[in-house]
Amino acid sequence: MTGFPTLLYKEVLRFWKVSFQTVAAPVVSAILYLIVFAHALAAHVQAFPGVSYVEFLVPGLAMMSMLQNAFANSSSSLIQSKLTGNIIFILLPPMGPAEIFAAYLIASMVRGLVVGLGVFAATLWLVPVPLQHPLWAVAFAIVGTGILGVLGIVAGIWAERFDQLAGFQNFLVMPLTFLAGVFYSMHTLPPFWQSVSKLNPFFYAIDGFRYGFFGQSDVDPWTSLAFATVTLAALSWMTLHLIRRGYKLRH
Amino acid sequence: MPAVQAAEVFKRFGTVRALDGVSLSVEEGEFFGLLGPNGAGKTTLISALGGLVSADSGTLSVMGHDVTRDFRAARRAVGIVPQEIVFDPFFTVRETLEIQSGYFGLRRNAQWIDELLQRLALTSKANANMRALSGGMKRRVMVAQALVHRPPVIVLDEPTAGVDVELRQTLWQFIRSLNAAGHTIVLTTHYLEEAQQLCSRIAMMKDGRVVALGSTAGLLAEFSERVLRVKLESGTLPPALAARAQPDPAGGFRIPIADVAHAEEALRELRTAGAAVASLEVAEPELEEVFVKIMRREEKVL
Repeated sequence: MTGFPTLLYKEVLRFWKVSFQTVAAPVVSAILYLIVFAHALAAHVQAFPGVSYVEFLVPGLAMMSMLQNAFANSSSSLIQSKLTGNIIFILLPPMGPAEIFAAYLIASMVRGLVVGLGVFAATLWLVPVPLQHPLWAVAFAIVGTGILGVLGIVAGIWAERFDQLAGFQNFLVMPLTFLAGVFYSMHTLPPFWQSVSKLNPFFYAIDGFRYGFFGQSDVDPWTSLAFATVTLAALSWMTLHLIRRGYKLRH
Repeated sequence: MPAVQAAEVFKRFGTVRALDGVSLSVEEGEFFGLLGPNGAGKTTLISALGGLVSADSGTLSVMGHDVTRDFRAARRAVGIVPQEIVFDPFFTVRETLEIQSGYFGLRRNAQWIDELLQRLALTSKANANMRALSGGMKRRVMVAQALVHRPPVIVLDEPTAGVDVELRQTLWQFIRSLNAAGHTIVLTTHYLEEAQQLCSRIAMMKDGRVVALGSTAGLLAEFSERVLRVKLESGTLPPALAARAQPDPAGGFRIPIADVAHAEEALRELRTAGAAVASLEVAEPELEEVFVKIMRREEKVL
């Protein structure tokens, strides 16, 4: 572990230097969603008993922003480094595959968590939400941003052009996060779409995260945590293997 | 122990044989030149040395450390200045160098970074963003980046391409002093004059193979010679000289001479023959001639 702390520091510094775009912008988007959907749907939707729709929305929106930003961090950093060529400054030093993987992953999680905190900080004065089981919320925040951080690494290594990365983001990450039960409880869906939702790993991240706030969820939080953790472990193992082989990085 | 050793290194990209059985070794403290036309495999060899490319077969080592089995030690031992100008636009010059040090596990490196900045005339730009630098300055930062961990072996892949004269002089002065301090230097360049002045030994590559390897002096003696370049205003060469003379691509003739005293002799013969000399010049052996001859010879082999 020689270069890991520095690579992690560099990856965090990189997004922090442009935090207006990487942190403030997604927080503003989340608040816009909150205002618009709360206004349009508050009177029509009751997701959980005893929880107002606006309250219900907050953790979901926060988690969606966290997931999307965790993905954006590792994927954009890697593809920019690859396309500009400065990735060699990471490949030439004596850093092992695990060090490179861990640094990009943790930086992505940090970005996701900072954005999540931003969303809560900004919504606190609009809609205070209870936080019944903080440990559950933290656990799902970590695992959820982890999954997307790893996916971002895969996408960043795989994509050779910005439009390929945009494809990954718009056709996979966006739909999967958007349809993961941010705006509704899965139980309001027809049975077929309920079973489809259960195949979406992001659904478990959001549902479990919400349990941390309201003590209620569509699925048992232990099941969600198990599902999300297995996904994270499998993706990590595969990605580490790709980096070890030098896939698209070392020729 | 050689500073760099390559043994039967093969690398194929699709159908292209980028490295076709390269074997060579660079001794510690040498200033070694790696020359060859574009596509000869020089950059692939350097990339393999730094672990950016993995060889299909053969072994490569830096200071005795195998570049794949013992990659951490090998990469600590070498500093590579890549050919293309690349930089990270998020950081300043000093941040770039601090981060690069950190990748090698060096957390307190400010003194050496300051020295590098000073030696490469970058001190005034230390806090400027990389984007704000000119091409030549970015190149110097890349040299500094390759040296943050004080590697015993320094590899420069065409470091002076597109760099102005003054900067080139500063850079060579610095690299020469590093060589004098015991660092091994491996250099690729298209400026053969530079290679001739700097390198004590040279390998020439073509189509992924080493086609010539030897001391600079030895290669010059074998493939080049001192010539008298003559342009005539009127008259013709006397038969004795004409037999030895070659047409000069720049116009006139090239007459091989063993030493400068022979120039007088040739001049006397010309005068006796009644030829009027327009210009006269003694040209010393040139690496360029060696290079051209070796590359032509290799074409015939194919």
